[in-house]
Amino acid sequence: MAQLKVGSRLRSAVCTTEVIVIAAPGGDVDVRCGGTPMVAPGGAPQAGGAVAADAAGGTALGKRYITAAGDLELLCTKAGQGSLGVGTTPLVLKEAKPLPSSD
Amino acid sequence: MNLMMLLEMAADGFGERVAIQNGAARLTYAELFAAAGGAAADVAGAGVERLAVLDVNSLALPVGLFGAACAGVPFVPLNYRLTGAELERLLAGIAPAYLVTDAERVAALAPQARAVRGREEFLARSRGAKERPAEWVMDPEAIAVLLFTSGTTGAPKAAVLRHRHLVSYIFGSVEFGGAAPEDAALVSVPPYHIAGIAAILSSVYSGRRIVQLSSFSADAWLDTARAEKVTHAFVVPTMLSRIVARCEERGGAGVPHLRAVSYGGGKMPLAVIEKAMRLFPETDFTNAYGLTETSSTIAVLGPADHRAAAASDDPAVRRRLVSVGRALPSVEIEIRGEDGSALPAGQSGEIHVRGEQVSGEYLGLKSRMSADGWFPTRDAGALDAEGYLFLEGRIDDVIVRGGENLSPGEIEDTLLAHPAVADCAVVGVPDEQWGEAVAAVIVLADGCVVEADELRGWVRERLRSSRTPERVEFRPELPYGETGKLLRRKVREALLEGTS
Repeated sequence: MAQLKVGSRLRSAVCTTEVIVIAAPGGDVDVRCGGTPMVAPGGAPQAGGAVAADAAGGTALGKRYITAAGDLELLCTKAGQGSLGVGTTPLVLKEAKPLPSSD
Repeated sequence: MNLMMLLEMAADGFGERVAIQNGAARLTYAELFAAAGGAAADVAGAGVERLAVLDVNSLALPVGLFGAACAGVPFVPLNYRLTGAELERLLAGIAPAYLVTDAERVAALAPQARAVRGREEFLARSRGAKERPAEWVMDPEAIAVLLFTSGTTGAPKAAVLRHRHLVSYIFGSVEFGGAAPEDAALVSVPPYHIAGIAAILSSVYSGRRIVQLSSFSADAWLDTARAEKVTHAFVVPTMLSRIVARCEERGGAGVPHLRAVSYGGGKMPLAVIEKAMRLFPETDFTNAYGLTETSSTIAVLGPADHRAAAASDDPAVRRRLVSVGRALPSVEIEIRGEDGSALPAGQSGEIHVRGEQVSGEYLGLKSRMSADGWFPTRDAGALDAEGYLFLEGRIDDVIVRGGENLSPGEIEDTLLAHPAVADCAVVGVPDEQWGEAVAAVIVLADGCVVEADELRGWVRERLRSSRTPERVEFRPELPYGETGKLLRRKVREALLEGTS
């Protein structure tokens, strides 16, 4: 478990998912992907690890995932088979509210 | 964080789409990603610390921008109008550099940079890379872009934009892959302007095809928009003014695909935007306010705001058409008084801004940002009760007359409302009695004549007498910078020459 910093990156230990932290609560957060705690970008994938059946919804490139409270927001930079969660609580897809194009 | 993340996501998400085109030349996202790796390899081989591009809008811009990010060196777009000693000084300041320029300049500039490549040679070398770049340094603090600004005092300064500023701006304002496959953005702003950099990054992340206009003319803009089925465009006020005038001469706009026009970079005259909304009734207009030091846009007046303001009978709502809208969700804006305290709605002061995209930093100079992240913009303005921001010019342009602070913008708006006034500039000039006196330079509308006294009376009736111009002069035109900013320094200098 680790303290998350805005702008830091995490990768899944059991699939190809990678995310960047857009918003983070203070304190330690047990961020998981595919049911297994996520690791640092250079971290090794879990040997023999697999996406858990109850966390296999997958991640989609460029989508944002948040907690119900909205205090944690992750942006998916590489898609994968596992879905994101904090502990066993799944993150939900954040609805896009597009701004008018300004440039 | 690194700008390459944005491009890698685009290459993964929609690699086969056209990312950018200039005339017949084009690159898909996958090709642009590979070319960035190719450029980075060439830059690394040259042993340089910066990648500079001195060129009109061309494919060398996006390839250079991402190539520099991939190589881990700052990207430095230079003003292609610069020559001689000015250019020499900038190049000396960024040495050792890898310079990309047009073929005609290569030989002359060879002694001034460690490696000098013609645009086509640079693109050929970059595009020679067929593999995706494997890795780059993910240092959010590394400098992504150095932008030279001349400022109002003349000496060029380099604004520092780090990867974290630009990436935060994009994450905070653009939806990944949000563009429809047929969307295309016409980019005609100069590449060494923050709007030119922001246009590349926003378009890449949203998946919107960039159509480059090498250099702007109203005819080229309209013809290209029509031929390329352009859906989006960003223009500075002088461009929109010329486009509107040309449309009237041509008897219509003839750009049926154009859905959205955003504008910024200078003050938009109310008459121009109202005319544009009538000429392009189907087009969404967005006013964007931002600074180089804030990685582009910090506030927007969106299409719905435009329409609500234009249709309203409530003067407070109608006035919003000349506001720059509200702060982006990822940005905070405050108006502060001279003592630094936050001012309530309706009061004028200095605009302060805070957010992840705000840099506020110049190379070799102390940052003006406060310890808690607030950046004083040196722009004067006020917020209304609903958070709409009204600009009132640069703090340094405020006229101090007998201890009273006068905003040139307010006096200019009043003068512009007179039917005989096509354009005007109000500046302070030295005055023995008042410290500064109000001087107005007027450009008359075609075929109109008006006495200075009538204009003085017009202002006196509408504003306080202290705001009435003591001096009124008539000129055929006013000096503007390339991005539509009124050059007040030149107006003032011309007035002072006139007195001596």
